[in-house]
Amino acid sequence: MAARTFTINDQLISAREGETILQAAREHGIFIPTLCYLDGVSAVGACRLCLVEIEGSRMLRPACVTPVVEEMVVRTDTERLREYRRMIIELLFAERNHICAVCVANGHCELQDLAIAVGMDHVRFDYAFPRCDVDISHPLFGIDHNRCVLCTRCVRVCDEVEGVHTWDVAGRGADARVITDMRQPWGEARTCTSCGKCVLACPTGAIFRRGATVGEMERDRNKIAYIVAAREQRW
Amino acid sequence: MDLSELLAIAEHENAMRRPICIRCCTALGCQSAGALSVKQRLEEAVAEVDRTDIEVLGVGCMGLCGHGPLVRVDPVGILYEHVRAADAPSIIAALDGGEATAPQGDLQHPFFTLQKRIVLENSGIIDPERIESYIAAGGYQALYHVLHEMTPAEVIDVVTRSGLRGRGGAGYPTGLKWATVAKSHGDRKYVVCNADEGDPGAFMDRSIIESDPHKVLEGMAIAAYAVGADQGYVYVRAEYPLAIQRLQRAIAQARRFGLLGAQIFDAGFTFRIDIRVGAGAFVCGEETALMASIEGRRGTPRPRPPYPAESGLWGRPTLVNNVETFANIPPIIRNGAEWFASIGAETSKGTKVFALTGKIRHTGLIEVPMGVTLRQIVEDMGGGVPEGRVKAVQTGGPSGGCIPAALLDTPVDYESLQRVGSIMGSGGMVVMDDSTNMVDVARFYMEFCKDESCGKCIPCRAGTAQMLHMLDLIRSGQATAADLARLEQLCMMVKETSLCGLGQSAPNPVLSTMKYFREEYEALVRG
Amino acid sequence: MERLRLATIWLGGCSGCHMSFLDLDEWLFELAQHIDLVYSPLADVKEYPEHVDVALVEGAVANEDNLHLIRQVRERTRLLVAFGDCAVTGNVTALRNPLGAPEALLHTIYVERAEIAGRMPHAPGIVPRLLDKVYPVHKIVPVDVYLPGCPPPAPRIRALLEQIIAGGDIRLTGRDMIKFG
Repeated sequence: MAARTFTINDQLISAREGETILQAAREHGIFIPTLCYLDGVSAVGACRLCLVEIEGSRMLRPACVTPVVEEMVVRTDTERLREYRRMIIELLFAERNHICAVCVANGHCELQDLAIAVGMDHVRFDYAFPRCDVDISHPLFGIDHNRCVLCTRCVRVCDEVEGVHTWDVAGRGADARVITDMRQPWGEARTCTSCGKCVLACPTGAIFRRGATVGEMERDRNKIAYIVAAREQRW
Repeated sequence: MDLSELLAIAEHENAMRRPICIRCCTALGCQSAGALSVKQRLEEAVAEVDRTDIEVLGVGCMGLCGHGPLVRVDPVGILYEHVRAADAPSIIAALDGGEATAPQGDLQHPFFTLQKRIVLENSGIIDPERIESYIAAGGYQALYHVLHEMTPAEVIDVVTRSGLRGRGGAGYPTGLKWATVAKSHGDRKYVVCNADEGDPGAFMDRSIIESDPHKVLEGMAIAAYAVGADQGYVYVRAEYPLAIQRLQRAIAQARRFGLLGAQIFDAGFTFRIDIRVGAGAFVCGEETALMASIEGRRGTPRPRPPYPAESGLWGRPTLVNNVETFANIPPIIRNGAEWFASIGAETSKGTKVFALTGKIRHTGLIEVPMGVTLRQIVEDMGGGVPEGRVKAVQTGGPSGGCIPAALLDTPVDYESLQRVGSIMGSGGMVVMDDSTNMVDVARFYMEFCKDESCGKCIPCRAGTAQMLHMLDLIRSGQATAADLARLEQLCMMVKETSLCGLGQSAPNPVLSTMKYFREEYEALVRG
Repeated sequence: MERLRLATIWLGGCSGCHMSFLDLDEWLFELAQHIDLVYSPLADVKEYPEHVDVALVEGAVANEDNLHLIRQVRERTRLLVAFGDCAVTGNVTALRNPLGAPEALLHTIYVERAEIAGRMPHAPGIVPRLLDKVYPVHKIVPVDVYLPGCPPPAPRIRALLEQIIAGGDIRLTGRDMIKFG
């Protein structure tokens, strides 16, 4: 496998051929914020938090799906990117009802962590305060759409790792919702194997174990990658 | 089918023509104004006077849609407008010196005389429901020529030298795209015709398909030969029932005539075309979303690269072009690259079809050489606004921008329109007069984009909703100058970070109206 | 050095931020060396005074009294701090916003769900009318500093107050200072 050498933020980086900018950056301890990205499932480039500047490219590129190219010059932390990332996080907080104080994921939430990382001390946009459902028809798990950021990690892990495709997205734009089966209540979704991978994958407090109360919803999101690695490499 | 058979069909069809031909538009615009009963009544009126020298022909769009139903009498060359069924007998009587009760249009008006019809050469002339009518107009000869006398590389060379650029909006060089697909490796390749026209006020592609469906099919077949594809799809929106019906009929006829399917013109070339009907999502006009939809998945875009030319439908090389692009192909093959390149502007060759709508006297479909000015289109061809003055012209639909009256002398070509903050787009052109509030216009397009955002990427999904909210704050007098600055900032963010063209261009109507009509925003802002 | 005139305000919130303020414990004695507490729910002052240097505003703007007070505070205060999540985001106080207009909500709670003798609360001059929605403070008046947290932990409050007392630019970053919840 050939190696590639390129630059991130003036630092010379070596990477394997075919690796993405995000993978190479992480290996070298360079932080690029992500939300829809999850090790172990396909990357979709949807949250736009990992956008980086590449010299010679007019467009910003998502680090999670952009392969490293020899001598590429990448910037991950410019003034413009910092401002855009903060705005994206603010838009998420304004879009649904993310109330950390009463959230099961408080303290263990990727969205909360991102808000800290981008320096969001308040949201400059007006909150939409939409009315969202909470589905606790499943005996073990629940989904609170107030907290959902539509990253589709649950959809991908269910389809690609568990292989049942219980989750999908219905509706579009601001009305989009993750759904189970043909939009049945989760508890009536016949395809669901109750494996709990979606619970592991969820970055926020949207999908939770029933019985968890404020701040109790801890999870090991790395497990998904272990499962995939174990399966593919027969550890 | 071989060339002699094709020519025999044409000859037979032409021999059947009667001396006097009454053409009645049966495209959707005129149909909704009652064209079908007009046509029926005309046929009855001809039968009543027992004139075998007259034929009544259902044809496609004649262009002046705002004045429909339209009826044209040839060879005398009289155009009747706003025709009612009751007018039919008088139109027949007028052939013998009587007085027609329907108003007459002016075929010498710049609306007609300034047009240059390449894509629309058969529109309003041939019967779109009969393949013979297309063949009589020279149809499928370009395909024969290509299959028997040209290599795929030669075809691509002609298209490249013609200077044709994609008519779907972005203006990517068509020859280059074809060459990329041709060079990409795949066990199978596909050709896709994007007929998911969705811009508010745009109806070019619908009209082309309704008026001359075989031209699009022939263009697709030539493209398939050039890139090495054997399967094509026309992705057309469900809101275009007549276009779908005429496409279905055209594909069935072409198959029956051996012009689609296996062994076309006995040249060892196989190409099939199927229709895929969209379900009313604007974003499916974006090529990666469109392909997802064809594959039976949720129609959402994905990051590019990889481009469809490399990895498209089911991961195979796929050529995606728009309806109008394909419709340009047969004439280019027939008349040569040099002929096409001699038409139009320096970097934008050929013609462009525009749907001229809004506050304008002559609403309808026009095809003009690239490089004519907006003023010629709006004032000369369109006849200007009925009352007051032109304030702005919106091009490119929700992805485009508003060009102020002061810039009406801008030539219509890809680069010039981009320079003034708009885009060519697919060809929607909405004229606004001075009674129009530009903040309202921006809001209209933003609401459209917000409703049509697929929701996959955050900047577009949440950004359009927030921009719409901020425009509403401005309109209701609750916004401050700081909000205006924040809106501008948000526009830039959504433009630069969204995943696909929908989000990347959604802020354009706001940005362009803020640029040219800032005082209208400031008048609404407090503090 | 001149002593800072400090006020603390309690709008629509649970007073948890004030409790956290009291958690400063013995540091309050040190604080007292630098400030005069000129207005606070912890002190019996009826009218919000003029020329206040710093106001810690707890709670969201939920009713007409809140609205009146926060405008007065803004007019008379140099540095306005949105103090805690309710002030910064609306937080728990704003949980009613997705449920629609307040009248319908009051009707559900006080009439439909009442076990005995349900009636709409109505006491003009005593119980302030609810606003159509609950607003974070910065939606109503400009805010100078945001201190998130539900409540902001005492060390966070102390860090901010130390920055204020020291003068100069105020900079709050990192998990210790700006984590919500």
